[in-house]
Amino acid sequence: MKSWRPGKVAMADAVRAGVPPVISYNEEVIKKFTIAAMFWAIVAFSLGVYIATELCWPDFNLGPAFLNFGRLRPVHTSVAVFAFGGNALFASSFFVVQRTCRARLAGPDALHDFIFWGYQFFIVMAGLSYGLGFSRGQEYSEPEWNITLWLVLVWVLYAGVFIGTLMKRAEPHIYVANWFFIAFILTVAVLVLVNNAAVPISPFAAKSYVIYSGVQNAMVQWWYGHNAVGFFLTAGFLGIMYYFIPKQANRPVYSYRLSVLHYWSLIFLYIWAGPHHLHYTSLPDWTQTLGMAFSIMLWMPSWGGMINGLMTLSGAWDKLRTDPALRFSVTAVGFYGMSTFEGPVMAIRQVNSLSHYTDWTVGHVHSGALGWMAFISFGAIYYMVPALWKRSGLYSTRLVAWHYWIATLGIVFYITALWVAGIMQGLMWRAYDKFGFLQYSFAESVSAVHPYYVIRMIGGLLFLTGGLIMCYNLIQTVRSPSTERREAGLPAGFAVAGE
Amino acid sequence: MPTKIEKDAISGRETTGHEWDGLQELDTPAPKWWLYTFIACIIFAVVYMALFPAIPYGRDYTRGLLNMSSRVAVDDDVKALEAQRAVFMDKIKTTPIEQVKDDPQLLAVATAAGRIAFANNCQPCHGAGGAGRTGYPSLADDTWLWGGTLADIQQTITHGIRSGDDKARGSAMPGFGINSLLNAAQIDAVADYVWGAFYGHAVAGQDLSKGQAVFAENCAVCHGANGEGGRTVGAPPLKSAIHLYGDARETIVAQVTNPRLGVMPAWEKKTNTTGLDEATIKSVAIYVHALGGGE
Repeated sequence: MKSWRPGKVAMADAVRAGVPPVISYNEEVIKKFTIAAMFWAIVAFSLGVYIATELCWPDFNLGPAFLNFGRLRPVHTSVAVFAFGGNALFASSFFVVQRTCRARLAGPDALHDFIFWGYQFFIVMAGLSYGLGFSRGQEYSEPEWNITLWLVLVWVLYAGVFIGTLMKRAEPHIYVANWFFIAFILTVAVLVLVNNAAVPISPFAAKSYVIYSGVQNAMVQWWYGHNAVGFFLTAGFLGIMYYFIPKQANRPVYSYRLSVLHYWSLIFLYIWAGPHHLHYTSLPDWTQTLGMAFSIMLWMPSWGGMINGLMTLSGAWDKLRTDPALRFSVTAVGFYGMSTFEGPVMAIRQVNSLSHYTDWTVGHVHSGALGWMAFISFGAIYYMVPALWKRSGLYSTRLVAWHYWIATLGIVFYITALWVAGIMQGLMWRAYDKFGFLQYSFAESVSAVHPYYVIRMIGGLLFLTGGLIMCYNLIQTVRSPSTERREAGLPAGFAVAGE
Repeated sequence: MPTKIEKDAISGRETTGHEWDGLQELDTPAPKWWLYTFIACIIFAVVYMALFPAIPYGRDYTRGLLNMSSRVAVDDDVKALEAQRAVFMDKIKTTPIEQVKDDPQLLAVATAAGRIAFANNCQPCHGAGGAGRTGYPSLADDTWLWGGTLADIQQTITHGIRSGDDKARGSAMPGFGINSLLNAAQIDAVADYVWGAFYGHAVAGQDLSKGQAVFAENCAVCHGANGEGGRTVGAPPLKSAIHLYGDARETIVAQVTNPRLGVMPAWEKKTNTTGLDEATIKSVAIYVHALGGGE
């Protein structure tokens, strides 16, 4: 008996059919977040390509200060992580929590809309402020105090709605995806509050001074920065994975026990690993050691998520041939596994002495951001859009396949170019001649990486092209005349609820 | 909400009996290799923390069995490098610069040391290989503002130009326009003359005599009667193929009206963390001297 019914369905219908009553979900706000995620994705990719071009040919600065690499780079990173990634997380977490709790989002719809518009306002204000030169100068945490206060308000409301929905759930247990969303929402709140503790110079001025000084400020910043990766980009997106991969594969999650083990070990260990961003700095040796040791221990807890994602496909691998959206999700898990292995390796002091300050770090971040975060979001959005707009399917699965191959090629270009560039920089910077003098000047290392910067830019261009294909496909899906309910042609896993 | 444990046909595993929106979970145990690798990583971390500084207590921390300190390690590395360099750099420091150039072994070391010191310190302004760019003189041609012998170059690097150093080279071209020493018509005339007679843009039939008179009276004392320049005051030659601030007539007007007075830092080592030591400065001088214009 199929009881999954999007939208409002008369209670009597359900009772007559002998299934539990069906809840009407707030899907309008999910649609908005989905559209916003795709919009910001294109903005983030375009900015990335532009600043990559500036790195190849500095004349692309063109003159105005707001086009300068230094101003645009934080706009690119913030839009990619917080605007694209953030909206994808809002959309998918609201999609998942309603369905796995069989409960409409807590609070009035107007509140959900406020969270949506409030978050977009935060993004626009943050982006404009960077462009105009207002920045705290702390990576991934650049907005000044007044913009951050607004974010805190929006975030507290988001946490309230999410937790409220969990509390009024009609299911006896909380699904694993929601554990990860909870970890993401609560920890990000703590991270932002602690790292942004600052004193404004006046209630009417944007400028503020952070309350920590010197190396303590650096430590708090990278405790924040690393856990932004850990809880925003890892825990949150694992939440996406735990719902959409079993759905797309139509298979049960491989191991409940593994999910418990890797959830708690991941949450506990991640929070300590931040100091590995400050190897060979004035941070005390003991703190660096702890950061490295916890990073090594973090390897298997991270891989627990990969194992659960990939092994869930056992018995359903053939679906990769027919469902290119699933290909995105599964490849994302592959990149996740690769990045979460590369991370602990780079956290080892001796490896870090080579990799630190090089483009290897930038490549590592992008194998996570493009390969994991963006791909798992693409997989989820390809799944959600037909479901939300009640279409029988995507406009074109061929275009999804094109998107997949173009974007994958783009990532491969990007990360291999920066592996080569980064390792070369590291080796050039530490090379001495027979008399004990540096073998290469910094300028020589800059001109040596130029070809790889060009390859990186081309990789980004391919990724952007894929994103545009996706937008076209999604728009055509929504515009397609078919208003046929998806129910009819749904895979079994999609349709069953509460049976 | 019925909770029922089912058997998954494909894996043969039982489900946990829970279901959400059609999603179920298998009761598969965590893979053994995962668990063992996790435990191995924990053991590695514990051993690593025992070997290296790791656990804070009170105002101190455990030093670890290896007694490692990255501060001591970097100090040792720097000392070892300095000792390696000192073998020749001490000789370069005590040997007069002309003799360094004539000793093949010292010359090889000085060239290696000078090349990298130049690339990391001088190249941002003077360009790769000392090619120069607008406002920053080329070091690879025969034109020198303050002299192109080894001793001249060493002097310039050590004390800089208008750097505030006591022995800095320095001179100040008067602001002929802003200080009302010349009026606009006179500046125009002298610009015509310099541009025409020295920069080689003379227009046939143009009368340059008025500008020539202004030049002779105001400029020739430093720049030379024929625009050949004057090294004692660092006055650039005007009759030359390369001009410090560009080849356009407007740059002459601008310079005469309100001159730009270029500054080069003094590179002498004045604190532990700034500047270049004497042997390195000598090496840079030897490197620059060999770029093409050394005298």
